[in-house]
Amino acid sequence: MDHAATTRVDPTVVDAMLPYFTQHFGNASSLHAFGREAYNAMETARSKVAKLIGAEKDEVIFTAGGTESDNMAVKGIAFRNRSKGKHIITTKIEHPAIMETCSYIETVGFRVTYLPVDSSGLTDLSELEKAVTKDTILITIQHANNEIGTIQNIESIGKIAEEKNVRFHTDAVQSVGKIPVDVKKARVDLLSMASHKFHGPKGVGALYIRKGVVLDPLVHGGGQEKGLRSSTENIPGIVGMGKAAEIAGNQLVPDGQRVSAMRDKIICKVLEEIPLSYLNGHPTQRLPNNTSFRFDSVEGESLVLSLDNKGIAASTGSACSSKKLKPSHVLLAIGLNEVQAHGSLRLTLGRENTDEEVGYVIEVLPEVVSKMRAISPLWKKKIEVEKWRGKVSVQLEAR
Amino acid sequence: MYSEKVMDHFRAPRNVGEIADADGVGTVGNPICGDLMTVYVRIKDNVITDVKFKTFGCAAAIATSSMITELAKGKNLQDALKITRGDVADSLGGLPPIKMHCSNLAADALHAAIKNYLYKVEKDKESKDAESSAYAT
Repeated sequence: MDHAATTRVDPTVVDAMLPYFTQHFGNASSLHAFGREAYNAMETARSKVAKLIGAEKDEVIFTAGGTESDNMAVKGIAFRNRSKGKHIITTKIEHPAIMETCSYIETVGFRVTYLPVDSSGLTDLSELEKAVTKDTILITIQHANNEIGTIQNIESIGKIAEEKNVRFHTDAVQSVGKIPVDVKKARVDLLSMASHKFHGPKGVGALYIRKGVVLDPLVHGGGQEKGLRSSTENIPGIVGMGKAAEIAGNQLVPDGQRVSAMRDKIICKVLEEIPLSYLNGHPTQRLPNNTSFRFDSVEGESLVLSLDNKGIAASTGSACSSKKLKPSHVLLAIGLNEVQAHGSLRLTLGRENTDEEVGYVIEVLPEVVSKMRAISPLWKKKIEVEKWRGKVSVQLEAR
Repeated sequence: MYSEKVMDHFRAPRNVGEIADADGVGTVGNPICGDLMTVYVRIKDNVITDVKFKTFGCAAAIATSSMITELAKGKNLQDALKITRGDVADSLGGLPPIKMHCSNLAADALHAAIKNYLYKVEKDKESKDAESSAYAT
């Protein structure tokens, strides 16, 4: 139930990768047969990844993961265009790979606008339009949020970016392989993805760079990946990502339908059966695999560890579970306070989850929450429980 | 991240609950920081005969609350007041450094409960004194 964190590598993907460790171990830059073999495998993988997002093969650059792709896009565009402008627009709910990169480039002379989002996590497009200045060189807005699952209207954002003649990058790490992504339709200039989020291996990702978009490299060296990402290519990883992209593309629609049905079952049951429980994020415009809740008077880290005891892997935006003891910036940005953020729980599904597992979660979660509440000094709100009963039907109807 | 002992106390916390007519009650922390605990003590002849707690917070907060009840039970008030945050952490086989400050509040809650009791005793005595002096006049 924590597939937004990572996914199991598909056994078919492992099979595809294995020969590239021991048999076809060539360096893709070598002229000889071993090298050509590696090169060809890499280019086949590139086509498969490109196909998944509606791109041309030579618009895809392999990286070491989503974070590197994000860094490469933001820093690469910023440093390349510093003479044109020094303003970048993003949102308050980006992944740390964008947030931290933006705060870094602020220290080297760039200006960043962090757009607010509404209570469902959506960016206000009129705010975006207003934020663009002559100095703006990049808009970077995620496709789907990793915590609350809200899907942004990237086609509208792409249109605005095009009209204003500003580059548009989207972090699509959570959405690629789960929902249809079409870079042409969305008029995206750059798009980040990570293989391990869709049953590929860790340590490999890609950046889509639309033809004609120029950026500075992050890693200098031997000139691999058109000089944009030097370093001997990770052929087994790249082959794995290609295979995973192929499978994800083939199963996109049926997997999406099955997984979103499980998601809806969890959402309905939890809101029905657990008093004072709330859904975070957008009621409908959300990833098929994402559920994010908050429960009154319960702390998320305790909740995650209690579920872990029962064999359920989940995650939380509670400050108590973060390395910095700060509550999730995403939950704060959608208007929750620290206390509400403490009670958050994220359950994210994958294509390997079964109806039995969903049934088990629905059975165990209410028990665990009520056990935690029984020892919580904050849980003395029976009157509010009654009030909540009136509200649940409203929450369900909103869906 | 957590020691086996912490996980044990977290999974099966000892002495959870409230004491209806407790001799002393102490609450520390706040829900904004994510840890809030209340300790209830029953005291007879200067000895803690019963102690219970209720805690909202992370695993460390719950485990330290549970541990303090074990450490305090049967101790006289002077010894109970000497129990430190460090003692609680040590008894649990240590806590992650990041949790030492924010979630290790159980000793404070116990001390607050004892002080609440001592305060009540003092008040009682004062009112009794006042009563008896009132009779005297």
